[in-house]
Amino acid sequence: MTATAWLQLANASVELGGRAVLHEITGELASGDTVVIVGPNGAGKSTLVRALAGLIAPSAGTIRCMGHDPAKVDRRVIARELAYLPQQYELAFPYAVEEVVLMGRYARQRGFGLANEADLAAAHDAMAACDVVDLAARRFDELSGGEARRVILAQAICQGARCLLLDEPTAGLDPAHARAVFEMVRRRCDDGAAAVIVTHDLDLALRHGRTIWLVAGGRIAARGAPAEVLAGDATRAAFGLPIHVGALPSGQTFAVPA
Amino acid sequence: MSGFISRGGKRVTGRRLVIVLGTCVIAVAMIAVLAPLFGRGGSGRLELLGFDAFTPGSIDHDVLWVRIPRVLAALVTGAALAGAGCALQALLRNPLAEPFTLGISSGSSLAAVIAIRLGAESVLGHSAVAIAALAGATGTLFVVWQLGRVGRHLPPATLILAGVTISMFCSSASVLIQYTSDFDDISHMLVWMMGGFEAVPMSWVTYASGPIILGLGALVVYARELDALAAGPEVAASLGVAVGRTQVVVFAIASLLVGMAIAVVGPIGFIGLIVPHSLRAVLGPDHRLLLPASIICGAGALAICDTLARTILPLNHLPTGAVTAVIGAVFFLGILFGNKRRAAMWGA
Repeated sequence: MTATAWLQLANASVELGGRAVLHEITGELASGDTVVIVGPNGAGKSTLVRALAGLIAPSAGTIRCMGHDPAKVDRRVIARELAYLPQQYELAFPYAVEEVVLMGRYARQRGFGLANEADLAAAHDAMAACDVVDLAARRFDELSGGEARRVILAQAICQGARCLLLDEPTAGLDPAHARAVFEMVRRRCDDGAAAVIVTHDLDLALRHGRTIWLVAGGRIAARGAPAEVLAGDATRAAFGLPIHVGALPSGQTFAVPA
Repeated sequence: MSGFISRGGKRVTGRRLVIVLGTCVIAVAMIAVLAPLFGRGGSGRLELLGFDAFTPGSIDHDVLWVRIPRVLAALVTGAALAGAGCALQALLRNPLAEPFTLGISSGSSLAAVIAIRLGAESVLGHSAVAIAALAGATGTLFVVWQLGRVGRHLPPATLILAGVTISMFCSSASVLIQYTSDFDDISHMLVWMMGGFEAVPMSWVTYASGPIILGLGALVVYARELDALAAGPEVAASLGVAVGRTQVVVFAIASLLVGMAIAVVGPIGFIGLIVPHSLRAVLGPDHRLLLPASIICGAGALAICDTLARTILPLNHLPTGAVTAVIGAVFFLGILFGNKRRAAMWGA
């Protein structure tokens, strides 16, 4: 393991409800990394992201978040550096979009948490990045699935964290917004941030991932450069069908089930 | 950036807090002043006490000082019930949760029923039932907490399940005890369980006010955490909230507030549900505004209910708990029709 890694898993296993979901996973994430996690349904991708976020404790092995043991450090400390977008997000009350986004500033606020100019600027930038500024006054529970997804992503961006863990951020998004999300995340990583993105969109994974982790059966079955992993035997075995990786005449690469 | 993101939004700002809470305080202050002046005279006619009420030695003055403790009790317990209700709705992520969902009321009532059955008042005096009710609330709090907790966390689903279980057990035990009691005791138990302000001495109000105000202040401190918990414990933790600590502290404080209110006036239902639920529709769900507004308006709402309870009938006072129950039923009908309209529009 490297001392500069932001997230570290060392032989980490995770059990949920007595069932082993992840088995002895080792991996790390450092500045500039864009790791895209792919794998079939029920493979353990979301559990892996939750473990990386320090939200579930390992039954064996160790997990360190931004240099901390998540079980022993104030969550506020981690939240300033690490933002997590869950696969499912349901609000119990009808908050407005701008209120939802500003909740992302919790770890950076003190006292009653009334938004100051810096909070408002961060919220506005995050909403602009996710193309939800026009939705600011709308009720969150009245948005479409794709709009709601972009708002939650804006909340995560609004945290101002340098490490993003995004569990299916493009689920329900139209192709243009889905591509914009991956491009935005990749730009941030090129500027020194880091991200882990779970997705079923192999095409976006191929184009925007720096590294792909293929998760199958609770293990990382393959990891490496996107084209190699997606076209490899492990991916074929995991999905039960081959993935064709090719290039258009324009030079743009693509990945589709063959 | 001062114009911020939306013009039509309801984002909480310092200015909005001052305006909304200031308006609430002024309205409740007017209720607090008018409520003891308003009542029925000896002939059963509705009347407003005049300046005579402020002249020591006059009949109106005596009448005023009979009413003042019950109005103060209504203000204090209304604030406690509405504040606790608002916090518990956030904690349980359920806008229809209320202080009694978690069994605190039933546990408190069981202890009071046992105290009446054992004749505790003849040994320890008038406050024996109140003390028993508070002890019952505290005991129930610990049992529900133990049953509902998963490690250091209190997941809403298990907490509600534990609360409902204990509530059913305590209600059944109360019925069994009533069944084995004599007529006088049963009558006393029923009157206590209806909830009312008839026999609340000023000293109880004095004793209860300090802890209730402190508890409500502590709840308001957790307002921002309650907002984050609306998205679920895991999201709240990822935003930086100490979820386990927040759940336990808010649950304990809210339960003790309910226990203290019940000890003073008996189990008064629906205030803890109606007030925060109604205000959420008007002010939005941000607990930095909603929670203090619920506390202030809860005080006013219960003072109004109690004034109605003692003025609706010409010659008899109704139990205040019965008045809040009737209003609660009408309120639930409103929610039902609102939800039906919303379901037709949004399919949910």
